[in-house]
Amino acid sequence: MAIFPPENRVWWNEPLHRPEIIWITVAFLWGLVMFFTMIYWHFSGQQNLSNEAYRIFPEVYAERTEAMAEKYTVRTETNLDIPVVHPKPGTDVYMLARLWEWWPILELEKGQEYRLHLSSLDWQHGFSLQPTNINVQVHPGYEMVMTITPTQAGEFGVVCNEFCGIGHHTMVGKIIVVDK
Amino acid sequence: MSASPDDNGDSAVPERIPAMQRLLDNPFLLLFIGVTIPTVYLIWGIMEVAQIPMAR
Amino acid sequence: MANELFRICPDTGFKIDRNAEKLIKANAVVAIVFLAVGGLFGLLVALTRWPAVHLLPAEWFYLALTAHGADVLLFWIVFFEIAMLYFTSSVLLNCRLATPKLAWGAFWLMLLGAVIANVAVLQGESSVMFTSYVPMQAAPHFYLGLILFAVGALVAVFIFFGTLVTAREERTYQGSVPLVTFGAITAAIIAVFTLASGAIILVPTFLWSLGLIGDIDPVTYKIVWWAMGHSSQQINVSVHVAIWYAIAAMLLGAKPLSEKVSRFAFLMYIMFLQLASAHHLLVEPGISSEWKIFNTSYALYLAVLGSLIHGMSVPGAIEAAQRRRGFTSGMFEWLRKAPWGNPAFSGMFMSLVFFGFIGGISGVVLGTEQLNIIMHNTLYVPGHFHGTVVAGTTLAFMAITYLVVPLIFRRDIILPGLARWQPYLFGIGVAGISLFMMGAGTLGVSRRHWDMTFTDAAIGFEYPPAAFLMMGLNGIFAIMAAVGGLAFVVVIVGSVLFGTRRDDAYSKAHPVLPPAGAVAVSTYGNEEALKIPGTIMLVTIFFAAFVLYYFVNWKYLSEVWPLS
Ligand code: HEM
Ligand SMILES: [Cu+2]
Ligand SMILES: [Cu+2]
Repeated sequence: MAIFPPENRVWWNEPLHRPEIIWITVAFLWGLVMFFTMIYWHFSGQQNLSNEAYRIFPEVYAERTEAMAEKYTVRTETNLDIPVVHPKPGTDVYMLARLWEWWPILELEKGQEYRLHLSSLDWQHGFSLQPTNINVQVHPGYEMVMTITPTQAGEFGVVCNEFCGIGHHTMVGKIIVVDK
Repeated sequence: MSASPDDNGDSAVPERIPAMQRLLDNPFLLLFIGVTIPTVYLIWGIMEVAQIPMAR
Repeated sequence: MANELFRICPDTGFKIDRNAEKLIKANAVVAIVFLAVGGLFGLLVALTRWPAVHLLPAEWFYLALTAHGADVLLFWIVFFEIAMLYFTSSVLLNCRLATPKLAWGAFWLMLLGAVIANVAVLQGESSVMFTSYVPMQAAPHFYLGLILFAVGALVAVFIFFGTLVTAREERTYQGSVPLVTFGAITAAIIAVFTLASGAIILVPTFLWSLGLIGDIDPVTYKIVWWAMGHSSQQINVSVHVAIWYAIAAMLLGAKPLSEKVSRFAFLMYIMFLQLASAHHLLVEPGISSEWKIFNTSYALYLAVLGSLIHGMSVPGAIEAAQRRRGFTSGMFEWLRKAPWGNPAFSGMFMSLVFFGFIGGISGVVLGTEQLNIIMHNTLYVPGHFHGTVVAGTTLAFMAITYLVVPLIFRRDIILPGLARWQPYLFGIGVAGISLFMMGAGTLGVSRRHWDMTFTDAAIGFEYPPAAFLMMGLNGIFAIMAAVGGLAFVVVIVGSVLFGTRRDDAYSKAHPVLPPAGAVAVSTYGNEEALKIPGTIMLVTIFFAAFVLYYFVNWKYLSEVWPLS
């Protein structure tokens, strides 16, 4: 009875039942499988989050993003004239998060690799690329750099999925992927 | 609380208590283990964040 | 033996310290008040997230969501846990509660903290979610309230340890503590680490909100905050597993299949369950994969191993007890003939099943380093934890309340017809919201988000239509869960106030524990050859579902854009 002390003073020496032994073994092995699957994926999988990150002052990050935008803006969109930036494949591309926008709109080429930088100028934000469904946390003062290869053409939404104040639900950006 | 648990039963304790059972009968030893292990990981994690380099 | 300090429970024979009894009552009542308040906020949130209803305006939605998280996850759960700690130490060990005066101090401190935090949230300047990630700032008294609450809870945890020492010194029990108490020890140990981490991070945050110290690093904040936030969920797991064992014992006379195995499983919790703060940090910048993998897997999934063991031990113990009672035909007669009309049993068994199938499996998937990329901060996350902390913990707490009221409050349960249906309404409602939020999350829908249509956004985006369907169904099941929650509050508060008083004579005539249970309470079980084919079948089905679902998600991941 689980609400009374064990009736055998030395319960550690009670023998195990067969179903218990089998289940413990199976469960333990399954744990190992799941553990090594994560490691395996680092070697053979294509979707691993980058561990490359730096501390960065928000002003510096903003400058770099603006420099990229200045160089590669091809047009603007919406009545707010948000720049659409088409950087060279293989280069560093920047997107910044601030209350409450993702800036700028990026135009990438399908099948090309980019080094995507993400950082915030104020609070935490959540980079949620949809409908592909890539979700990454974005912090102020830290810059994450990940290598990303768009494999579908089309327009993708960048939803903010970390609560960032009253404008949170209006914080949507865009990545456009074009066929080369 | 290192008082051995077997002084807590009836006076006649026929068998020796196995070491694992002694461990499981000793809440303060368990408390020590249960606080130390996660603390090590916590410190490991904080150290990693502290070592993130400045952007060039 | 009975004197002023103690009374003898006519139903179970336990010697009950009247101080402990009063404290259990006070903590449980306050817990239920916070459940009622927090549950109401939950309903409002769910109705707002139902696109066709969209009940609250944005400011109120974020306020209600903050209040919901704090009131149910912190205040309801922790107050109830303190009641359970006092119950499993003082009552189950037949011992006086150590330092009852201090315990009242802890109680009032926790209550004060909880009220202050609620006031802060309702004033509107602290809609930061209960996680309060920096650099977003709440009003100083929001943090202060949480700190006071945590300090009070920490004091209560040490009173639990003090009672263990007293019981040992005064030899109020023989040999090792009961398994249920051991589960509570596990919870208390985790609570010490949890509450200490909470203090370490919330105190500087409080000072920062007063302008006394400069910036707080947002990544470090999260690492330490989740050492509290995630570990505290493991307190819940330990307590509700202990409650599963307790209810199975009290209602069915179930005896653990093996003390060794069950306690070993709890040891796995003590050693590894607290690591998984990484579950919330898998897509943060700058933390290495080594740390993430080791931490998120509780070191080789050893704590998951603990849960899987309990997942067999608890139904196995029930099956063994039922078979001993003669329900031996076929694979499942023992389960069919279980007391499904008793809310303590039905709540407990649904808690076990939902926690395993919904909360458990989704938790492991969500906590897999790479799979987290396709789920982080989507509605999958609240979907998962409504499976753990609501369908699992809350339902188990409700179930044991149906025994606590007659045994500790000494009142009969009123409205037995409603009580009988209550766990089903709540359990199935919560299972529904868990599954539909997980569904919407799989389709990418953000959590903590007021408008999934993005009407006011400069750049729009459209989630797939199926996501809208999911959120509508979520709303419907939320109503069902809320009705079940309301039924619980009505039945329990009504019983405490108006239920027939159970004095000793009345209790003898109307036992709470069914005769079969009572018989087994007074005799110890026997060691016959173990036959549990039904449990083996259940465990096999569970395992197959687990493996399948795990790899299905890797398949989803492999279709995502390559990244490294
Ligand atoms: C009637 C019962 C309940 C309903 C209908 C309900 C519904 C919801 C919904 C719809 C969300 C919001 C998801 C989002 O937009 O991010 C939510 C969040 C949450 N719920 Fe519940 N819930 C209920 C009970 C509970 C209980 C009993 C607990 C804890 C024991 C709980 C813990 C939480 C937590 C921690 C959050 C996250 C808050 C945040 O994101 O800051 N819920 N709930
Ligand atoms: Cu944002
Ligand atoms: Cu946001």
